[in-house]
Amino acid sequence: MSKVLLEIQGLRKQYGIVEVLKGVDCTMREGEVISIIGSSGSGKTTMLRCINMLEDFQGGHIRLEGEEIGYEHSGSSRRRKSEKEIARQRALTGMAFQQFNLFPHMTAAQNVMLGLVKVKKMSHDEARVLAEKWLDRVGLSARADTYPGQLSGGQQQRVAIARAIAMAPRLMLFDEVTSALDPELVGEVLQVIKALAADGMSMLLVTHEMRFAYEVSSRVIFMNQGVICEEGDPKEMFAKPRTERLAEFLKTSSFN
Amino acid sequence: MGYTLNFAVVWRNFDQLLEGLALSLGLAFVSILIGAAIGLLVAFALIAKSGWIKRPAATYVTVIRNLPILVLVLFAYFALPQMGVRLGKLESFVAVLSIYSGAYLAEVFRAGLISIPKGLTEAGLAIGLTPMQIRTSIIVPLMLRNVLPSLSSTVISLFKDTSLAAAIAVPELTFEARKINVESFRVIETWIVASGLYVATCSVLAALMRFAERRLSVPR
Repeated sequence: MSKVLLEIQGLRKQYGIVEVLKGVDCTMREGEVISIIGSSGSGKTTMLRCINMLEDFQGGHIRLEGEEIGYEHSGSSRRRKSEKEIARQRALTGMAFQQFNLFPHMTAAQNVMLGLVKVKKMSHDEARVLAEKWLDRVGLSARADTYPGQLSGGQQQRVAIARAIAMAPRLMLFDEVTSALDPELVGEVLQVIKALAADGMSMLLVTHEMRFAYEVSSRVIFMNQGVICEEGDPKEMFAKPRTERLAEFLKTSSFN
Repeated sequence: MGYTLNFAVVWRNFDQLLEGLALSLGLAFVSILIGAAIGLLVAFALIAKSGWIKRPAATYVTVIRNLPILVLVLFAYFALPQMGVRLGKLESFVAVLSIYSGAYLAEVFRAGLISIPKGLTEAGLAIGLTPMQIRTSIIVPLMLRNVLPSLSSTVISLFKDTSLAAAIAVPELTFEARKINVESFRVIETWIVASGLYVATCSVLAALMRFAERRLSVPR
């Protein structure tokens, strides 16, 4: 069995008095592709965003390759790590967003190069070569010098994925990356993710695409009301849900 | 009317007007540059979460925007020396116009900042950029593009405000025009030419800003 990549223990998160994550435990091994499913408000996106500290969390531990993410612990007290240290840890994971979030004043290539130059301290030329390589991998080598506003939604999302992957993250986080896309553009993005999975990239995906979760995931996590309600092999889970809640959720979500 | 227009005196002293205009432009350029630096810092302070940062910034903007600039000019030149702060005419005026433009530009910049989607900051964080790198590479460049159209009228206003330096005898365009007027009694001619110079200069400034706007616009 491959070694442990990500370890989440007792993760708790609240907004004011509303508890969104009520103690999430999860272990992920290298090369795993895990889909997180669940109805909206179940905490799946929040959990993903805690892993790269886009959300602070109030309790529990997240460890990436054994390294404590986000907080220093000493005895019973904990302190948020410095911005600089958190920035370094964020670069260990890559993230693709529902709204793509490409930098609109930069070309596709410049979007990919920014992190390489500023974070990885590569030269402009090295970064350009790498950006072209990854844009080629997502099928957009001809669009390197195009601005986001001139690309379709599907193309923008593929650039966003290239921007994240080019940083050579240990783990990729996908946050409902096809939800904002027109139906006919969903396929091209899923195709790119499938190819990355085939390359052995470790991935955690929050998704509403049940068919896709079923096909690419090595494991599925079903979240409900801030906890992991059920997890396992997608084929078994989808065929024979063990909990009433998952059975209900699968019934109401379109499986196509 | 019995008044015959005669521009001869004005043309003889045209060099003086041009020197005045050059000084007006210089004062405006330096002050707006300093004001832009102040405005940028204050704009970020205005959108800060912490009240300790936000409140002083908001107070600065409110106070300055509710004062006529002429009052500030006179205060800085006549009252400050009484309080032990002695500045030359030019320095005193540049200080005032910088602080004044800082307050106006802060408001313009703030409007440009709040229209930038939060997702772009998150995307920057996600690739490991520090908050400062995100500001310099993403937020500020986008903010400037957002505000260029409204920046043009602010810059032109601030340039025209240099005429108030005449009140403390800074030899800028208005001051020079008044001198020619007093020496030659050619009232109408002098102010027509001076006005023409202001209008021409402002038109050039507006054209430059439109050019910058076109050059920097994000293709879509």
